[in-house]
Amino acid sequence: MTALLPQVLNLLLQFLDSFGFLILSAVGLAIIFGMMGVINLAHGEFITVGAYGTALSYHAGLPLVAAMVVGVATTTVFGLILEFTVVRRLYGRLLDSMVATWGISLIMIQGLRVVFGSSLDSIGTPLGNIQYGTFSYSTYRLLLAGASLALLGALYWMFTATEFGTRARATIQDEEMSRALGVDTNRMYLLTFGIGSALAGLTGALYAPTMTIVPGMGSTFLVEAFVTVVVGGASVLVGTTGAGVLLGAINALFSNLFGTFAGRMALLVTTILIIRILPQGITGLLNQIREEEA
Amino acid sequence: MASETTTGVERSTADAPDGPLTRVRDALEGPNTLGNSRAFWAAFVALVGFLFVYPMLRSTYYVNNTAFLLASAFLGLSLCLVWGYAGIFSFGQVAFYGVAGYTFGVVSINITGPLGTVAGLTVGVLVAAGFAFVIGYFMFYGGVSDVYVAIITLAVTLVLNTFMGQTAGEQWAVGTARLGGFNGMTEIPSLALGIGDTAIRVADVPFYYFVVGTLLVTYLGLRVLVNSDLGYVMVGIRENEERTELFGYDTRRVKLGTFTLGGALAGFGGIVYASWGNYIDPSVFGLTFAALPIIWVATGGRKWLSGAIIGTFVVTFISQKLSVFGGQFSQIILGALLLIVILGLPEGFVPQIHARLPWLLNRLPGGGDSS
Repeated sequence: MTALLPQVLNLLLQFLDSFGFLILSAVGLAIIFGMMGVINLAHGEFITVGAYGTALSYHAGLPLVAAMVVGVATTTVFGLILEFTVVRRLYGRLLDSMVATWGISLIMIQGLRVVFGSSLDSIGTPLGNIQYGTFSYSTYRLLLAGASLALLGALYWMFTATEFGTRARATIQDEEMSRALGVDTNRMYLLTFGIGSALAGLTGALYAPTMTIVPGMGSTFLVEAFVTVVVGGASVLVGTTGAGVLLGAINALFSNLFGTFAGRMALLVTTILIIRILPQGITGLLNQIREEEA
Repeated sequence: MASETTTGVERSTADAPDGPLTRVRDALEGPNTLGNSRAFWAAFVALVGFLFVYPMLRSTYYVNNTAFLLASAFLGLSLCLVWGYAGIFSFGQVAFYGVAGYTFGVVSINITGPLGTVAGLTVGVLVAAGFAFVIGYFMFYGGVSDVYVAIITLAVTLVLNTFMGQTAGEQWAVGTARLGGFNGMTEIPSLALGIGDTAIRVADVPFYYFVVGTLLVTYLGLRVLVNSDLGYVMVGIRENEERTELFGYDTRRVKLGTFTLGGALAGFGGIVYASWGNYIDPSVFGLTFAALPIIWVATGGRKWLSGAIIGTFVVTFISQKLSVFGGQFSQIILGALLLIVILGLPEGFVPQIHARLPWLLNRLPGGGDSS
């Protein structure tokens, strides 16, 4: 029993880590997709901008938390500018908006390389490790899992308890009707894109201390963000959380047994199997259950 | 949108005599391809003739490079068929391209001699087609939306990128072929056609002719396909899948078939590439390379075969020049090109030029045979 306990604890911590990574990778993408139906293929580069903003201001002498705020703010402003100049012209042209954001992503990766060189100095993971048995685990990574839960809580509050949330849900449900009732849907889209960008920036800021900061770092998050959004479906909160739990468990199990790559592979295979059964993801499953009850 | 594809051309010329040539033209021509006039075919024959004498005019270096530019068109055509005609938004054509390239490497390194390369070619195309079939089955029979198709295909590509990147060690070898991690697989033999001593090693000038010949066959074959009844169903799916389904067509089957054929075509392109450079590495599964076919086809005009070929050739040519003169800015310029095309010229430049061609020809002395 004493030998088994650390193993179980190990698996649990790995699950929390995967869960946090999946949720934080996907949440910005999921909000923009869920509300606007747009997949932002520059999502990975938004995360990169957040990490760059954080790292640059940290190296300029700001304390880490303040540097993270700067990272988030930079990404938000950046996202708002892009919405205003490019994304806005492509509403209703879903696939074109994907191609356009891909173009933006190519420009950004190379642009960051031209301006800041091939990498930035890393920040170094704060807070040390916790020990259990013969294993140790980074406290900061545990904190990230906590941050993902807090974020989901904050989003729940935002969507259910604020006026913005009500208007946002109205826009998702019936754009034309909510416009007729006086909701400025264009402004809603701008705000949504801003919030999605801010969340991507937050992800970048939070993971900046744990990663090497290079222009292409965004693609590390991309596969996880994609599979979470596909498995979750269009509903931001329930879908993404459910997908995070399911995929996090699978990823933790396979990573633990066969290594990191097998974990990633398992995510992809699970996703491809799930779309065969549930093309609308977990959101679709919930709608089905709801309809059967009604 | 729909009117663009149905106006302009009659499917058959009623008053022409019913000879074999007319029947060939009937099969090749239709509303789904640009260029259905006598003038087009005259220009086409002239272009093919020029491509055949080209190696006699330039040095082997240029011939080799032109062969590379033309070989990229297979990847462009595969995306054009899948995305442009059937409306399947695949970001993962490069996955099939790379998988076939690696398969060709593995088979042709293990089986030495011309037999190995022919086997590699066959197995490579089959593996790519099979891979496309499996992914396509789950996507189309699951009934997922366009956006998910794009995400899944891209995710598959990126996972292959990480997978191939970590195959550096000794244990990652199939027979005598080492996968080689990020450094890639080296010493892939050039294609050789035939058996034993009579085989022709397809490199340099023969390689060029091989590419021109297969591209010609592919282009004409695809023209017949997209102007056939099946091609009409594909375009129907692109324009309105639900309506096509209500007309009684099994859209899932047509999409799966198209996607599999597209996978095979991209795979053939990957094999030609691996054989051209005797080398393949995981960057073929990377985000940047995955964007290239999209840029080629979107720029040229995704809804037309000629748009895909010309777009591929022109953009690849420009990006080669850019990497010489533009250096580190070439990727930025390519990204900007994609952005400008999507915002300003969503149909691509080839149909634009084609639409203005009669006007241009009429300015020339003697007028033109406008279609």
